[in-house]
Amino acid sequence: MDNWKDYKKVFWILAAPGTFWLLLFFVIPLAFLFIMSFGGKAIVNGEVSITDYAYFTGFENYLRSVEPLYLQIMWKSIWISALATILCLVTAYPIAFGICFAPARWKPILLLLVVLPFWINLLIRTYALIAVFRTQGYVNLTLSVVGLGPYEMLYNDFAVIFGLVYVYMPFMVLPLYATIERLDKSFLEASLDLGATQFTTFKNVTIPLTMPGIITGVILVFIPCLGSFLTPALLGGANAIMIGNVIERQFKAANDWPFGAAISFMLMFATFAALMIRAFVAKRSAGVDV
Amino acid sequence: MVATLKPGQGPLDYASRLWLKILFGVIYVMLYIPIITLIAFSFNTDKRGVVWRGFTLDNYVKAWNNDALIEAMTNSLMIAFIATIFATVIGAMVALMLWRFKFPFKGSYEAFMGLPIVIPEICMGVALLLFFNFSGMMTAVIAMPWPLNLANIIIAHIAFCFPFVTVVVRSRLVGFNRQLEEASKDLGATEWQTFWNVIVPFMMPGLIAGALLAFTLSLDDFVITFFTSGPETVTFPVKVYSLVRRGVSPEINAASTVLIAITVVATIIAMKLQAPEKSGH
Amino acid sequence: MSEQIVSIRNVSRRYPGGVTAVDDVSLDIAQNEFFALLGPSGCGKTTLLRMISGLDTPTEGQIMIGGQDMALTPPNLRPTNMVFQSYAVFPHMTVEQNVGYGLKVTGVEASEIKRRTAEALEMVKLSHLAARKPDQMSGGQRQRVALARALVKRPKVLLLDEPLSALDAKLRDGMRLELTRLQETVGITFIIVTHDQDEALSMASRIAVMDKGAIQQIATPSELYEQPRTRFVADFIGKVNLIDAAVLGQKGGKVSCLAQGLGNMEVGCEKSTGDKATIAIRPEKLKISVSEPKGAGLVKTKGTIRDVAYYGDTSHIVADIGEGLDLSINVQNNSRTGGSGVERGQKVWVHFDPADALLLTE
Repeated sequence: MDNWKDYKKVFWILAAPGTFWLLLFFVIPLAFLFIMSFGGKAIVNGEVSITDYAYFTGFENYLRSVEPLYLQIMWKSIWISALATILCLVTAYPIAFGICFAPARWKPILLLLVVLPFWINLLIRTYALIAVFRTQGYVNLTLSVVGLGPYEMLYNDFAVIFGLVYVYMPFMVLPLYATIERLDKSFLEASLDLGATQFTTFKNVTIPLTMPGIITGVILVFIPCLGSFLTPALLGGANAIMIGNVIERQFKAANDWPFGAAISFMLMFATFAALMIRAFVAKRSAGVDV
Repeated sequence: MVATLKPGQGPLDYASRLWLKILFGVIYVMLYIPIITLIAFSFNTDKRGVVWRGFTLDNYVKAWNNDALIEAMTNSLMIAFIATIFATVIGAMVALMLWRFKFPFKGSYEAFMGLPIVIPEICMGVALLLFFNFSGMMTAVIAMPWPLNLANIIIAHIAFCFPFVTVVVRSRLVGFNRQLEEASKDLGATEWQTFWNVIVPFMMPGLIAGALLAFTLSLDDFVITFFTSGPETVTFPVKVYSLVRRGVSPEINAASTVLIAITVVATIIAMKLQAPEKSGH
Repeated sequence: MSEQIVSIRNVSRRYPGGVTAVDDVSLDIAQNEFFALLGPSGCGKTTLLRMISGLDTPTEGQIMIGGQDMALTPPNLRPTNMVFQSYAVFPHMTVEQNVGYGLKVTGVEASEIKRRTAEALEMVKLSHLAARKPDQMSGGQRQRVALARALVKRPKVLLLDEPLSALDAKLRDGMRLELTRLQETVGITFIIVTHDQDEALSMASRIAVMDKGAIQQIATPSELYEQPRTRFVADFIGKVNLIDAAVLGQKGGKVSCLAQGLGNMEVGCEKSTGDKATIAIRPEKLKISVSEPKGAGLVKTKGTIRDVAYYGDTSHIVADIGEGLDLSINVQNNSRTGGSGVERGQKVWVHFDPADALLLTE
């Protein structure tokens, strides 16, 4: 690797466009959002203005965001995301495990089949779920043949969780597959040989040794779940809204941008907290990374 | 725990375990049933799309004749096309810079480049909404003729696509053998000739894979576009969103099927290019 | 037969693709033996070992361990323990936890685990490293952990899969001695898999040589070296000169034959032979002299020295005896000056006692 000082011109030419773009169209907008999060509706001629904003009105937006109503939504977003992440983990683990132990010629195909839906438009996949689960959907149609239903399966928390699992599963399978594939199978053999059953081997050896992949997968699924907007908007009912929907509402229907900005930052803080937990755990389990 | 093993089947021979096969079957079916039914019912004659009544291409014709849908699709493709070009060039330049040079605060700079990847999309969306509004770009750009009125969306798409291109291209560059470069210079080529004749061809699979990734990401994006588009500049996902809120229709199925076909083809090309046997070590 | 601890009966391991890794193998291993499975890579020795451990299962045949057919018993229910080629020491556990693992998962009491673990670590001289994690240890130390971890279970049979292959040359010699010592102290049957003949010859009490999934010969190290039964075994164990020969006649325990480049000779052989055979003679059993050697019944031929390689204690010489035939000869360098006493291009006599040669019919 060369020192940048030896090729200053080349260095700047290569660095400039990307840095400029990210500063202008990412950092500055986020700065706008940050400033806005402390703002409020301006008072013009003694009346609350609809179009103008005051720069700094204190921390009231943040204080509002921790009011029970919003705290409850935040909390709900967290547990819906957590539940979806856990469900993702328990379905993705056997899948990743199975792919690793599948015959070599099947591996790429099985892996491609898991990853492919990830490339298909999120909106289309969510729409496809609606078509399957709505009252006149195929699931209810099938149930009606055996004389059951129709059940309302959409527009509730269950639908949101199922949708999130469906949509983010590939994010979980890939890191799990990568770590299980790298895992030296003789660790599992040694455990069995030493008298452990398949189950104890899984618990005492496989899980601890694939922990880095589990953590990565959990973070990769949890973060987008927490910030999701589309899935709860389409699959969730009035009660199934998540933090993303609250933000959207502030910027569209409610037109309370400063408050929306404050909640956006709350969401970002939560995201960074999750990332930091991951970095922390990764550091602690660094010796385990095999 | 099985008390005995089967002949010729070791204890780690999970692939031949029935329960795992069944589980695989169930999960794969769950993953694909929604998509497959969506595609299948785009060919259905039944208007409500519930019962199979017969094969038809009517839905595709209807989608084709739906001006709003076509316009949204055209916008989407135009945005993805332009954003991909910019994102690929910018992303590749950053990748080259990160691969080639060491400089102070490099770790922080890399983390900074990764921010658009980790930050919740909706936060980026609303931040850009604010930015475009307060800088006056929202009103100014929307008033421009097509395709210039898509500029805001394109700018936003470049911003979240190029860091992904950087990641892909950089991972390709890591495999580059610097001796090739030295050999080229030893044979009398200038730095610039070496760059074009040795490094760029080596980067090419990474560039194409990165470009295809940027293209699908842009084509797929709903959240950021949702906040940065005006009433005249609707993209396909945004249009579908508004239609879906009103209900399910075979027309959407048809249009979605077309988009699925585009992305699946792009993905398979990208994967072929990234396959290890093509990396030319 | 009661003292046979492992008894393998007509075991085969065939894969669905049509590959046969182990082909109709039968062998008995007695209590307290140090048994080696020796062969080139891909000969099926590791597969056989894994089938004894239960990590693989035969498609046909029986594997009796302690008098019970365990061919299809899962590994955790077998009285065998394995030292893996990669050692497979769990990286997320300390040395102590590693060694105690096999006891813990089988429900042994905590105090008992502690006592036996300490004992096992003492045995492999690792007591001072009990709290270490494997990533802070050398390859040799990790191997001792693997050994202690297997021995602490007090298995009837200890299986070792290429245990020395990952160690460097110096450590390997030390470990070889240590394994032999350990086997004598614990009195457990050891079965070792190796592709290194030196390892097998120096450690094992009996060796099974395998090739292409089948057993070529089972014998003690010296028998194997001096009485190889097949061309493969003779060639695989140590260096050997193999010379094609035509059988002329057979009477008593002697076969007279015409060996390529060497002329007529009589070699001892009990079995009846066809008309083609191979004469095998070890390099150290060949001798060189400048003048024609005298002595009744010596086989001798003229040759030209093609190459002399000096190895300190010995010199390895290649002599061309005509008809495109090269012989390898090892000479002891018995005096400080002069070395082997011959140089390249020199014309010499090569001779040997036919009693030192062996007639191979397979």
